[in-house]
Amino acid sequence: MSGGLYSTSSNDFDKTLDLTKIKPYGDTMNDGKTQVSFTLPVAKGEEAIEAAKQMMRKMGFEDVQVVFVQELMEGFTFFNCYGSSIHTVDYTSIVVPKVESTTMDMHETDDFIKEHIGRQVVVVGASTGTDAHTVGIDAIMNMKGFAGHYGLERYEMIEALNMGSQVPNEEFIAKAIEMKADVLLVSQTVTQKDVHIQNLVELVEMLEAEGLRDKVILICGGPRISHELAKELGYDAGFGMNKYADDVASYLAQELDRRINQ
Amino acid sequence: MQRSKLGLDFDKVNYAKGVSRKIADNVQEFVEGYTTVAVERTLCRLLGIDGVDNNEVPLPNVVVDEIKDKGVLNQGVMYFLGNAVIEAGLNPQQAAEKIAAGELDITQLPSHSVEEAHEALKPYINDCIDKIKARKAKRDNYIKTIGEGPKPYLYVIVATGNIYEDVVQAEAAARQGADIIAVIRTTGQSLLDYVPYGATTEGFGGTVATQENFRIMRTHLDKIGEEEGRYIRLCNYCSGLCMPEIAAMGALEGLDVMLNDALYGILFRDINMQRTLVDQYFSRVLNGFAGVIINTGEDNYLTTADAFDEAHTVLASDFINEQLALIADLPEEQMGLGHAFEMEPGLENGFLYELAQAQMTREIFPKAPLKYMPPTKFMTGNIFKGNVQDALFNQISIWTGQGIQLLGMLTEAIHTPFMSDRYLSLENAKYIFNNMKNIGDEVEFKEDGIIRKRAQKILADSIELLEKIEKEGMFTALEKGIFADIKRPKNGGKGLDGVVEKGSNYFNPFVALMKKN
Repeated sequence: MSGGLYSTSSNDFDKTLDLTKIKPYGDTMNDGKTQVSFTLPVAKGEEAIEAAKQMMRKMGFEDVQVVFVQELMEGFTFFNCYGSSIHTVDYTSIVVPKVESTTMDMHETDDFIKEHIGRQVVVVGASTGTDAHTVGIDAIMNMKGFAGHYGLERYEMIEALNMGSQVPNEEFIAKAIEMKADVLLVSQTVTQKDVHIQNLVELVEMLEAEGLRDKVILICGGPRISHELAKELGYDAGFGMNKYADDVASYLAQELDRRINQ
Repeated sequence: MQRSKLGLDFDKVNYAKGVSRKIADNVQEFVEGYTTVAVERTLCRLLGIDGVDNNEVPLPNVVVDEIKDKGVLNQGVMYFLGNAVIEAGLNPQQAAEKIAAGELDITQLPSHSVEEAHEALKPYINDCIDKIKARKAKRDNYIKTIGEGPKPYLYVIVATGNIYEDVVQAEAAARQGADIIAVIRTTGQSLLDYVPYGATTEGFGGTVATQENFRIMRTHLDKIGEEEGRYIRLCNYCSGLCMPEIAAMGALEGLDVMLNDALYGILFRDINMQRTLVDQYFSRVLNGFAGVIINTGEDNYLTTADAFDEAHTVLASDFINEQLALIADLPEEQMGLGHAFEMEPGLENGFLYELAQAQMTREIFPKAPLKYMPPTKFMTGNIFKGNVQDALFNQISIWTGQGIQLLGMLTEAIHTPFMSDRYLSLENAKYIFNNMKNIGDEVEFKEDGIIRKRAQKILADSIELLEKIEKEGMFTALEKGIFADIKRPKNGGKGLDGVVEKGSNYFNPFVALMKKN
């Protein structure tokens, strides 16, 4: 299209890595190359392509290329675009709150609990509220686990109860009291319009009203949960994407040890 | 005699169907003796009762709650509504309105015999049967005149929460080649013990299933179908606590495909097994009569249990679902028995095992428009790999002649589909279906090879499981967690208080009118 491969005109950028000013990397340092796809609610045509280019520029891209245009139906056009980002990010100033624990494997965690706690740790988990998805809580709790990481049910030193999906907060708390839970795990997988936030906050409020909040380690997880968000909502920890049972088990064992023994 | 590409022994298949029949007969023996609040509300709807009272309570609920509160649910609504026609000259809708207004105690009217009550209701019963027949004829006529897409039907979902926005999304999908539009229900609707009323614009993760919403979408799809020269099918969900009611609404409004599986509700929504098996029977009678294809939910087992280790449970459940459907006179051509492409992508030769499963299911249920579900469990934020996973899934489908292809979305793990996701997914399927069209006719499977051995093993394992279920009975088997590793008690779960043993005046003439045998 543009003959960019053979063009030297746009290669005048500084190729040294400066961590205070990083950019997306395509195949050359600081080229800023980014792929973006989106749909515009207009009919396919030259004007639509121009609109897509202007949209890209407003999003902070230069050297914009619209490489694929497809009308999805009358009045809707889909674009694949490339561009070079004009923005940079200062990587050196980034601080992200993280769960502070060392991740151990299942046997190490079991040994840690035996040595430091000396009894089984009781964990009650559920996908609460209207969320019908069990995939998250199952991945962490079920015997088989997920992607080669065994779930909490398989841990010798953890007594795990997975209550499944669509569990009302009242029922969840009642079960926690009945089982004398040390740890509560709440999963929120698919949510719309931030209903998961309301539901997570409601649980904290209900635990506080029951005088239970400080007696349990309260953990939430799900693809849209970060540790930072969890802390903000009044949870002890949050686990997002690419976290497995090992991460959760290691954290809860070490946190319980801190609370009991320190 | 059917020839198997997999070296399957059809005597074994027939044996498995025989064992499944015994399991289904045993369930049916229970079902025959009971009715539920949902079945009774369905009868209200079939007799023409519709609308809501001042508190937005649907009139079918008003009527059924009334007779339930009076302790006579076991006699059934037909009996009381028949009495109301004779004694008060009220048609069912008028009777319902009077009950809602507190002006009629339908249980205190002088009572007549079952025969008299039945006779009094015949005009309404016949009117309903005629309406459903006319709907079915309309579909048949469309298929005869404008035609339909080839199998596997391309099935996509819309799920905006707003029926009017759904219509836009559905149109885009249909224009791009979709054959079936499924309107996903709002989260948690399966647990509501009533069907909301009217057109709706708010929903979480889906759109409320209402009769008006069905009507809006069906009307729009008819228009697009006429323009595109291809009949577009509409799918919804008759599962959960309102299973037969939604079947009735679908039959009246011309829906074409319905998710309809008691086992799914028992396992994944914790609905009481007695309740939902009774509900399922009547809903399948309705679906069978209305020409609606049912989809069963076996694929869901594999979202909790392992697809490689538990493949035989999917087949066993398909066997049982087939027999439960046959008992309700639902033709094989309307049985969208479910299975799925859900093995872990890192599994060596996983494609071969998936191919074996799909070909085996095809051969065992030769007339059924099998419903094939895409990868979901191992879809990730890597949408590029996701598109490849969906491509492998599409290859197996065209290779083995599946009936209904639930298109995988590359963004499955991220959000409900964008308009463009659906386009990419349809493009993927159409490319592969055309490019590999006759591969199934050309390729044979090696004797004693991985594929044949796998299929034979799954069949053998499923027979072993079916024998176990037959010995214990379906209810006990479910209590022991035989499917999807999930255990459900016979007297636990939601909706049990809506189940009652049929009394001496109970009658439901629709079953006999709708069943052919």
